[in-house]
Amino acid sequence: MQTLLELKELQKHYAAHKAVDGISFTIDKGSIFGLLGPNGAGKTTLLRMITGIIHPDGGQILLNGEPFKGLGDARKIGYMPEERGLYKKMKIGEQALYLAQLRGLSKQEAQTSLEYWFTKLDMTSWFNKKVEDLSKGMSQKLQFVTTVMHNPQLIILDEPFSGLDPVNANLIKEEIFELAQKGATVIFSTHRMEQVEEICSKIVLINLGKKIIDGTVSAIKQAHKQHLFEVQTPQADKVSAVADLFTITAKNDSSVTLQKQANSSNNQILQNLIHQGIDINGFEEKLPSLNDIFIQLVEGTHATARAFQTA
Amino acid sequence: MSKTFIIAQREFLSRVQKKTFLLTTILLPLIIFVFYGFIIYFSVNSSDTLHITVVDEGKVLPNKLENKDDIKLNWQTQGDAKLLKAEVAAKKIDAFVVLPKTNLPSDTVQLVSGKTLGLITRERLERMFNNALEEQRLLGLNVSKQQLDSIQTNNTVVFTSIDGKEDNDVKAGVSYAVGYISGFMIYLILFIYGSMVMRGVMEEKTNRIAEVIVSSTKPFELMMGKILGIGAVGLVQFTIWLVIGTTINLLLPLLFPGMNPADSQQATAALGAAQQAQQSGAVAGIMKGISTINFPLVIGCFFFYFLGGYFIYSALFAAVGSAVNDDPQDAQSLMLPITMPIIFAIVIMTKAVNDPNSSLAVFGSLFPLTSPIVMMGRIAHGVPDGVPYWQLILSMALLIAGFIGTTWVAGKIYRTGILMYGKKPTWKELIKWARKSD
Repeated sequence: MQTLLELKELQKHYAAHKAVDGISFTIDKGSIFGLLGPNGAGKTTLLRMITGIIHPDGGQILLNGEPFKGLGDARKIGYMPEERGLYKKMKIGEQALYLAQLRGLSKQEAQTSLEYWFTKLDMTSWFNKKVEDLSKGMSQKLQFVTTVMHNPQLIILDEPFSGLDPVNANLIKEEIFELAQKGATVIFSTHRMEQVEEICSKIVLINLGKKIIDGTVSAIKQAHKQHLFEVQTPQADKVSAVADLFTITAKNDSSVTLQKQANSSNNQILQNLIHQGIDINGFEEKLPSLNDIFIQLVEGTHATARAFQTA
Repeated sequence: MSKTFIIAQREFLSRVQKKTFLLTTILLPLIIFVFYGFIIYFSVNSSDTLHITVVDEGKVLPNKLENKDDIKLNWQTQGDAKLLKAEVAAKKIDAFVVLPKTNLPSDTVQLVSGKTLGLITRERLERMFNNALEEQRLLGLNVSKQQLDSIQTNNTVVFTSIDGKEDNDVKAGVSYAVGYISGFMIYLILFIYGSMVMRGVMEEKTNRIAEVIVSSTKPFELMMGKILGIGAVGLVQFTIWLVIGTTINLLLPLLFPGMNPADSQQATAALGAAQQAQQSGAVAGIMKGISTINFPLVIGCFFFYFLGGYFIYSALFAAVGSAVNDDPQDAQSLMLPITMPIIFAIVIMTKAVNDPNSSLAVFGSLFPLTSPIVMMGRIAHGVPDGVPYWQLILSMALLIAGFIGTTWVAGKIYRTGILMYGKKPTWKELIKWARKSD
C-alpha cells in the first residue's frame, strides 16, 4: 500500500517540556489511522505540526513522499480541531463557503461542493440560518462538512464525536468510512478506545511526547494478549483448575475464564474439560481490549500530571 | 495575499451588511448634529427674561440703561426695600437693584434676587452697571460724550507672519477649531475601530474558530485581513460622513440664507447699521478664515493619518485581543499601555493647536504613536506655516515605519496568543512571544 504521510523523528519543545519527542510513524493512503494518548500526551501538538499550524523543532514530515509545505499544502488537508467553533452570527451557507475558500477553493468550486454536502447530509434548509440558532449536534455536523468540503487527501479529526448524539455520531462515522473508501486518508485522534476499535485499521499510542506502540489493532491485541480463554458452559461451577494446564481467574453462571499455563495447548485444555464431563457451548480466546492495553501501558507514567498543561 | 483579501472581505461585509451599520452611520451624525443644535439653540435663546427693578434715588444714572432682550429694567426713583422684597417673593419681579445715592467708586451696588443667578448673568449685570457708572463719573469730569466714545474705541492689532501673510485671530481661531476637531476625530477612530479589531480577535479566540482558520492560512494573514477589513469599514463610514457633511454644508445657505457671506455683505451695505455690520462682519470673517484653510490638504492628511494611526494601533489592539480570553477585565489591564500614548497624544494635541511650532508639538507630531492625533492639530495651521515640509514628510515616513514595526511585533504575539488558552499571559511572556522566531 502507498504511504501518504510519513513522520520522521518529529520534535517540538516548549520551555517547560518536550511536547513531542522524536515520534516516527507512517500512514497508508486510504486508511483510517487512530492517534491515541491520554490528555496532554502531545496529540494536539503533533496534529498542529501535521496541519502546518506550527513548525517542528526537529525531524521531518513527508506528504506523498515530498517534504511537507506547511500551509502551502492547506488545500490537501482538512482539520477539525478539538477546540473548534464557528462564527456565531454568520449564516451557515456563507460560513461554509468562506472556510472552503480559505482552504483554496474558488467560489464556484466551493458552491458546487457545498450543494453536494448539504444535500447529502440533509442540511439544505439550514442555509440561511445562523450558527447561534443551531443545536450542538447540528453545528458539529456543519463543522464536519467544513472540514471535508475541499475534498482533502488527508482528513484530521480531533475528538470528532464529542458532543454528538448516537444518531449523528453514526452518520459521521459512515461518512468517514465512505471518504476512506474513496481514497481519503483519515487521522482520528481520541482517547475513547471503543471508537478506535470500531473504526481504525492502524493505531499509534503516544504518551509524554513519545510513541509507545503502533501497528494494526489486531496485531497490538495479539502482542498484548494474556492467554485468557472463556469457556461457555451451563456447568460453570463444576470446572476445576488443573495445575499444569490452566488456572481459573473468574467464574459466573454461564462461563468460566481460564488462564492458560505456559506449556499447555488449547487442545489439551479442551480434552481435559471434556474429560471433566463439562458441556462446552463455546471456547474462545479473550483478547484484551485496547482500553486495557492503553491503561496498562500508560499507568505509572506521569500522564495525569501533564494532563492539565496546555500545549 | 489572496487569503488576506478573502478574510478582509468577510470582515468588511459582515459588518457593513448589518442593519446597525446603516443606523449608526446615518443616525450618529444626525444625533450629534441635533444635539449640538439644541445646545446652541438653548444657549442663544435662553427663554427666561429677567425683570429687574432699579431704584435710583440719587439719580446717578439720569440716562437710564437700555433694556436688553432678556433683561428688562424698570426704573424707579423711590423704592421701599420691604415692598420690593415682597414683590420678589411673590415673583412679580426677579430682582431689584439699589443704586448708591452718590456716584463714588467706593459705593456698592446691591442686587437682591429671588433665585440664584447664573455666573454669566451675574457678570453681565456687573459689567452693565459698572460701565454705566464709570461713564457717568467721566462725564462728571467734563469729558464730552464724543471724547468718551473716541477714547473707548479699540485699536486694531494686525498680526502678520514674517513673509507678510495676514495671520489674524479669526484665521488662527478657525485653524484651531479645524485642528482640534480633526485631531479629536482621529482619537475617536483609534479607539472605536481599534477596539472593534480587538473584539473581533477575542471573538475568534473564544469561539474557537481561530484554530480552524490558522490551519488554512497564516495567523499574520488572518490578522491583516481583519485589520484591513475593519479599516475599510471605517473608510466607508467616514466617506459617508464626509458626503453628508458636505451636502449639509451646501444645503445650509439654502435653508438659512442669512449665513451666506455674499448675502450678508449685501445686507450690510443696504442697512448700514453699525451693529449689523459688526455681526455680519464676524460671520464674513469666519467664512474668510475657513476659506484660508487648505481643505484638500487637511482632508488628504486626515485620511493618511487616519489609516496610519489605525494600522499602528489596530495591530496592537489585535495583539492584546489574541493574548486574553473572554474576560474583559484582562483585556482592560493589557490595553492600558496602548491607551496611554493615545491619551498623551490628545493632551499634546490641545497644546499643538495653540502653538503648532512648540518643541512638544513637533516631537508629538513626529513620534509615530502620537503623530496621527498631534499632526492633525498642527496641519490645520497650514503647510509650511504650521508645519514645515520636512517635518510633514518625516512624520509620514516615521508613521509608515512605525506601523510596519508594530504590525510585525503584534503579528508575533498574535500568532502565539491566538492558540493559547488558559490564564492571562504576563508581560514577560508577551515579550517572549514577540521575540520568538519561527
